[in-house]
Amino acid sequence: MAKHASRLNRFFWILAIVAFGVGLYGLYSRIAFGHTRANYGSYVPWGLWVAAYIYMIGLSAGAFLFSTLVYVFNIRRVSSEGTVAAPAVGLADGAAFERERLEQVGKLALFTALVTLVGALICIWLDLGHPERAWKLALQTSFRSVMGWMIWLYAAYFVLLLVELWLAMRADLAARSDQSALARFLTFGRRDVSEAAQAGDRRVLRILGSLGVVLAVAFHGSVGAIFGVVAARPYWNSALTPIIFLAGALLSGGALLTFITAIWGPEPGSETHRNLMRFLGQIVLGLLAFDVLLEWAEFSIGLWNASPGESASLQLVLFGQYWWVFWIVHVGFGVIVPAILLIFLRRKVWAAATAGALIAVTFLTVRLNIVVPGLAIPELPGLEAAFHGPGLTTHYVPSLSEWLLFIWAVGLASLIFLIGRRVLPIIHTER
Amino acid sequence: MAESEKAPTTRRDVLRGLGGALGAALAVGALGRRPAAEGEALAAPSRPLADARPQAAANAAPLTSDPLAQEDVLVRMERELTRALAKPREQRRWVMVIDLRKCVGCSACTVACVAENKLPPGVVYRPVLEEEIGTYPNVTRKFVPRPCMQCDNPPCTLVCPVHATWKNEDGVVVVDYDQCIGCRYCITACPYGARTFDFGHFYTSGTPQGVPSLLGQDAADDYERLANAEYGESWPRSGGDESPVGNVRKCHFCLHRLAEGMLPACVTTCIGRATLFGDANDPDSLVAEMIAKPNVMRLKEEMGTAPRVYYLL
Repeated sequence: MAKHASRLNRFFWILAIVAFGVGLYGLYSRIAFGHTRANYGSYVPWGLWVAAYIYMIGLSAGAFLFSTLVYVFNIRRVSSEGTVAAPAVGLADGAAFERERLEQVGKLALFTALVTLVGALICIWLDLGHPERAWKLALQTSFRSVMGWMIWLYAAYFVLLLVELWLAMRADLAARSDQSALARFLTFGRRDVSEAAQAGDRRVLRILGSLGVVLAVAFHGSVGAIFGVVAARPYWNSALTPIIFLAGALLSGGALLTFITAIWGPEPGSETHRNLMRFLGQIVLGLLAFDVLLEWAEFSIGLWNASPGESASLQLVLFGQYWWVFWIVHVGFGVIVPAILLIFLRRKVWAAATAGALIAVTFLTVRLNIVVPGLAIPELPGLEAAFHGPGLTTHYVPSLSEWLLFIWAVGLASLIFLIGRRVLPIIHTER
Repeated sequence: MAESEKAPTTRRDVLRGLGGALGAALAVGALGRRPAAEGEALAAPSRPLADARPQAAANAAPLTSDPLAQEDVLVRMERELTRALAKPREQRRWVMVIDLRKCVGCSACTVACVAENKLPPGVVYRPVLEEEIGTYPNVTRKFVPRPCMQCDNPPCTLVCPVHATWKNEDGVVVVDYDQCIGCRYCITACPYGARTFDFGHFYTSGTPQGVPSLLGQDAADDYERLANAEYGESWPRSGGDESPVGNVRKCHFCLHRLAEGMLPACVTTCIGRATLFGDANDPDSLVAEMIAKPNVMRLKEEMGTAPRVYYLL
């Protein structure tokens, strides 16, 4: 696995560079031609970039909540069965060693949360008609709008992520500050690596992590609430919407972290790594089941209530022109295949890794299937045919420019991750 | 119902006048044209007014005005508008009434609005929705012009994260183009699809360049670059991404025209006088009269948005 991991690492470097390079055209297109090259319009005003935003912000919130398993809930070791041992009070040497490994996954989770947040913010920033006015969101906020709350919540979340990550890395940065100027700079002068200082860091981390649990739930819940409060769109207008967003965030973020741990986690190939993967795989399986339950609740109630407003959107998802996005990409590759892998091959690291990757990647379609079908039902019959012009249609497929900009954002986030993993003490076994 | 929209006192008079005219016409036809050819006799009743007006005027003494010289509702609405503008802003209640029985679906209002506000491709404030009802031979077409409803409980203003849209003192939902960041959340929140986004398209983009530049895109798009006067300001389209490009745009009851004492462009241009406009707080106004009728309805009333656009069925 160790050899595979390093080969895969190289593969993903190439992939990230290609995505970044190819995606540059999307960035150019957005800057040079504004919104004229995008396929969303006035009747489907939100498209791929908004879906990409809630997708990546979900990955971020999910990965962050996974980090709290280590920093808040104090899970310190996983047994060979992939189950969690009770938080040890007096740690034996072996347990202390294992705790260190788990803490590395904690850092990995925090760093994943940070880079996906950056990707998400780029997508939504360039989606604005006037990106240069984004500062108004923070300084002239309307708190009657859920979106206003969201801005403040994720600004706080961003700061908290940075501080947590710094605290988690501080001791390692200090230890390395003799060899590395970057590490020396990043300690910001705090180079005390005594046991007392590290215990202090852990204490603060635990407080911040606890705060972070609330903040991550509040901020991703508010992303869901943005959709949930819109009474004009019956498909979105449900108290379940923010909950589905949270469950989806946990699932997709956890799945991504499982995949990342497989390749960039501590000591690939070791027994600890195998146990860790099994542990993460089983959590992801549980979250997958929970997510399917919520999805069932949403679809069954929405279809059986026979109110045309909501069922029209659901019909579109299930049996519309893009039925395969739901049935094949999401249900097939996002639910059934990963479930089989996680149930029947749970001892295999590659199986958990593949399942994680499949869930994490295909989750974009879940987000697209929230954003677009909610908008693709005309609010008044005949609205589409009443006047013609660009954007005055309920049919939406992302344009090439939209895809490329999204790919660029993913490439950028991936590169930040890969570079960060090299230069920062996130996982130090490979150094 | 046409008469009912004029001053209430004239209706009876008009009917009486018409009755007199018709009676006189029949009398004339009976007495004077009996020996005439059959074709002429058939034609006569179809033009009774033209033939019989002098007699009608003479016979029906209480007729207060010439039925063909009835005051155009536009004149009345202009007069009421002047009256409303003399009041403090918060005491006016601008209301639009659209008589669906009179709308013929010509879309003149849509086009007038595009011309007045220099709307680019993809931006529309007042499309006319068309619906075909029934099957042959019992078939009819219904036309529903859809301006902004200027809701008294607007869902679109609440969701704006930066205070860029609100109900002004006149009760009109306005957008501050300099404040709007273009997130389009308000578009999703409007239950009527009344908000559209200015993507920065030009009608002439992709058309040939003229040589010399008398014809072709470089000259033809001058019109598209002219400033509109929305919200009493000047909003030219230079071709860049300055506002209103990148903003959400919507019908504003032509506030800039109202300020000058003019009715909204869609109202003045309506060939059937199907769109009425005025101050519903003025009990004598035409719109106040119309919205008090039992055959009035508003779109999606169950949502509690309390629209200020009323439809007569």
